[in-house]
Amino acid sequence: MSTLIALIVAAVTFGTVLMYGTLGEILTEKSGNLNLGVEGIMYMGGAFGLAGAFYYEKAAGAAASGPVAIVIAILCAIAAGMAASAIYSFITITLRANQNVTGLALSIFGTGIGQFVGEYMRVSEGGYVALGNGLKDAFNATVFPQALINIPVLGRILFSHTVFFYLAIVLAIVMHLFLKRTRWGLYLTAVGESPSTADAAGINVTKYKYLATVIGGGISAIGGMVYIMTTAGCVWNHEGLAGVGWLAVALVIFCMWRPLNAIWGSVIFGAMMIMYLRVLIPFIPTELYKILPYIVTVIVLIITSMRNSRDKQPPASLGLNYFREER
Amino acid sequence: MDAKYAIEMHGITKRFGSVTANDGIDLGIRRGEVLALLGENGSGKTTLMNMLSGIYQPDEGQILKDGSPIYIHSPREAFEHGIGMIHQHYKLIEVFTAAQNIILGLNDGRMDLAAANRKVAGICERYGFDIDPVKKVYDMSVSQKQTIEIVKVLYRGADILILDEPTAVLTPQETQKLFKVLGNMKADGKAVIIITHKLHEVMEVSDKVTVLRKGRLVGTVNTSETNPQALTDMMVGHAVSLNIDRPLCSNPRKKLVVENLTCLDAEGVKRLDKVSFTANTGEILGVAGISGSGQKELLEAVTGLYPIKEGSVRLVKDDGSEAELVGLTPRKIRQTGVGMAFVPEDRLGMGLVGSMGMTGNMMLRSWRNGRGPFTRRKEPSELAGHVLEELEVVTPDVDYPVRRLSGGNVQKVLVGREIASEPEVLMTAYAVRGLDINTSYTIYKLLTEQKMKGVAVVYVGEDLDVLLELCDRILVLCGGQVAGLVDARKTTKEEVGLMMTQFNSGEVDA
Ligand SMILES: Nc1ncnc2c1ncn2[C@@H]1O[C@H](COP(=O)(O)OP(=O)(O)OP(=O)(O)O)[C@@H](O)[C@H]1O
Ligand SMILES: [Mg+2]
Repeated sequence: MSTLIALIVAAVTFGTVLMYGTLGEILTEKSGNLNLGVEGIMYMGGAFGLAGAFYYEKAAGAAASGPVAIVIAILCAIAAGMAASAIYSFITITLRANQNVTGLALSIFGTGIGQFVGEYMRVSEGGYVALGNGLKDAFNATVFPQALINIPVLGRILFSHTVFFYLAIVLAIVMHLFLKRTRWGLYLTAVGESPSTADAAGINVTKYKYLATVIGGGISAIGGMVYIMTTAGCVWNHEGLAGVGWLAVALVIFCMWRPLNAIWGSVIFGAMMIMYLRVLIPFIPTELYKILPYIVTVIVLIITSMRNSRDKQPPASLGLNYFREER
Repeated sequence: MDAKYAIEMHGITKRFGSVTANDGIDLGIRRGEVLALLGENGSGKTTLMNMLSGIYQPDEGQILKDGSPIYIHSPREAFEHGIGMIHQHYKLIEVFTAAQNIILGLNDGRMDLAAANRKVAGICERYGFDIDPVKKVYDMSVSQKQTIEIVKVLYRGADILILDEPTAVLTPQETQKLFKVLGNMKADGKAVIIITHKLHEVMEVSDKVTVLRKGRLVGTVNTSETNPQALTDMMVGHAVSLNIDRPLCSNPRKKLVVENLTCLDAEGVKRLDKVSFTANTGEILGVAGISGSGQKELLEAVTGLYPIKEGSVRLVKDDGSEAELVGLTPRKIRQTGVGMAFVPEDRLGMGLVGSMGMTGNMMLRSWRNGRGPFTRRKEPSELAGHVLEELEVVTPDVDYPVRRLSGGNVQKVLVGREIASEPEVLMTAYAVRGLDINTSYTIYKLLTEQKMKGVAVVYVGEDLDVLLELCDRILVLCGGQVAGLVDARKTTKEEVGLMMTQFNSGEVDA
């Protein structure tokens, strides 16, 4: 029982990372932009988030406060993610370059920048960049009182997580309401489905594409920061982040572009990714475990396309650039 | 200038790369007036109207509204000027409901879908539309989709309405309904511009006609002072005859025998119910019926694209033996010589690849003929040249992406390719949909030529006048059943019309 609980808790920890990456990419793809640069964006989010918190701590010294460090880390990650996806937006929306190529380039670029910043900090700080124990605890603390966590079974499953997990859930719900209930959400969906229709209806397609892509990039980047601050233990760790962005892209498909699905979807993906550490089956190499999420995504794709439900399809113009006079 | 014009366009020119789509065009429309815009395929009608609705910007020229110059930079600004356009290719979001589509792009405070649904229902009631505001668009028929487009424009309070070939995909009944609505709008003091290729509609609904040819203005005339023949001559630039030749073929033989064909759709509803007929060589068999009576399913079932519940479809060979087609794959059926030129409601959706040129699209039919892994481009490119000449496709060259061609020209490519494949049985559905008069008659001529060559032609059409003039026999479908089979030379429009609407099985055997 306790192994199972431990597994779930660990799955949630890693799932939180994915949830940010996925929610950001859902927002982006809703506008019809397929940003394959999530990997790079999350790297940048991780590196800049860590840098923000690290230099804040260095400046504030012992007086450094946990909540302030968290806010700074989030803001730095968002800024990095927004900058990266602003480049992507300019190249694809304004210059109308191919989205796949640009996304892949961003992936490589972002990974490089992230590595560079991480390594630069390491070298200039003399070998080791880590937050102090006070901040480490702040990043990994739960928001609920111990009494709740002590509730048998449910307590740890529901209440033992970091603030980032609960923020992600709030974000998912907000995004859901935004897409389903608000005018802007409806317009954004229209832009992703058929930009020419949205345009003819008087919606500013360019504005929506830019906003969704840039904000989406900002959200994805938080995921990278959360990884560094929780799973990686507030130390720059570029290996652990590798592949997380791609997982988020797959998860978007798995969730069928619905923010609410991202909540449980990312926990499932999280579980699949950490299973090799906890559930050992003899003769099966651990690497095989790691492809599980992708296999599941393919299965989901097959099932949804077989069911042929019109409401569960990707945004119809996903990956296509829009130019009013082109037909 | 006459200040009473609601909209005037002066010297409008628009170029796309090397193509000049509009060249110095003038046009004016008053309120309470219906203006018909007429011209051959690719003459620049859609382009001209797109400049009023803010999709394109003119390269030269000026647009005046109520006498003062306006600049329409985007569709949104067009709305603000009260201009609404219903496009040739509908602009709707398939996964949205009718009401969601209608309120798209509007800024009237909080989004209140319930209020929108009510307001939509109100408009529908006032003009006599019939749509369900909460139904998803992908579940709707073409005519329902068009209704949404119209309601969308009215909802925005447009007083200048542009309709680009609204009747191309409507049945005659639906067209009549639409015209009644247009009449109401006219009485309401709205200015309406309508593009159509059907001259009787122009005569019926419009007050003035502006004719374009090859991107230039030919002239504007009052409808009451003109007639179809004169309009055609203006449009084409020389006199054309509007008569269809119907020679009798000497020795018709049975070619395609269909017996008790029954088909169910995915929901288990009977689409075809015990349909039986024969198609003979050297004759054009017309298929008439209200749209959705099973015409599409019939052609698809015969060509192997639609699942058959029971019945038999047999091809009679030259030596008199019969080959069963039911159960064969579409490709096998095609190889036996049953060709189909089906013109779908969505022209680019089925049968053509938009980003490829004419040659590439011709190859889609013949790529299997190549030897080894290599394709052969020679025949397709000759064929493309042939279609281009025969049907006068307006395109800079055969490798220009078909997506960029005008609506009618896209269709010419589709029809031309099917006719050119020299089948033994040629089946066409709505072959002249969206084609201009001149090209329509060319198609009729080509079909008649095929017939005289001994091909069994099956022609599904909407225009009863054409069916009666072109075909030898007419099969009338009603609700998936055969309502009658009549001799086109002896029957009347009324008789066929009656059979189409009420099933009275007065089988007049021909
Ligand atoms: N976006 C575009 N890019 C390139 N060429 C275009 C574009 N739009 C129109 N054209 C060209 O301009 C010409 C006029 O096209 P348009 O669609 O206005 O014709 P149309 O009169 O509406 O014809 P139809 O009756 O067939 O719809 C055509 O030759 C077409 O190929
Ligand atoms: Mg047109």
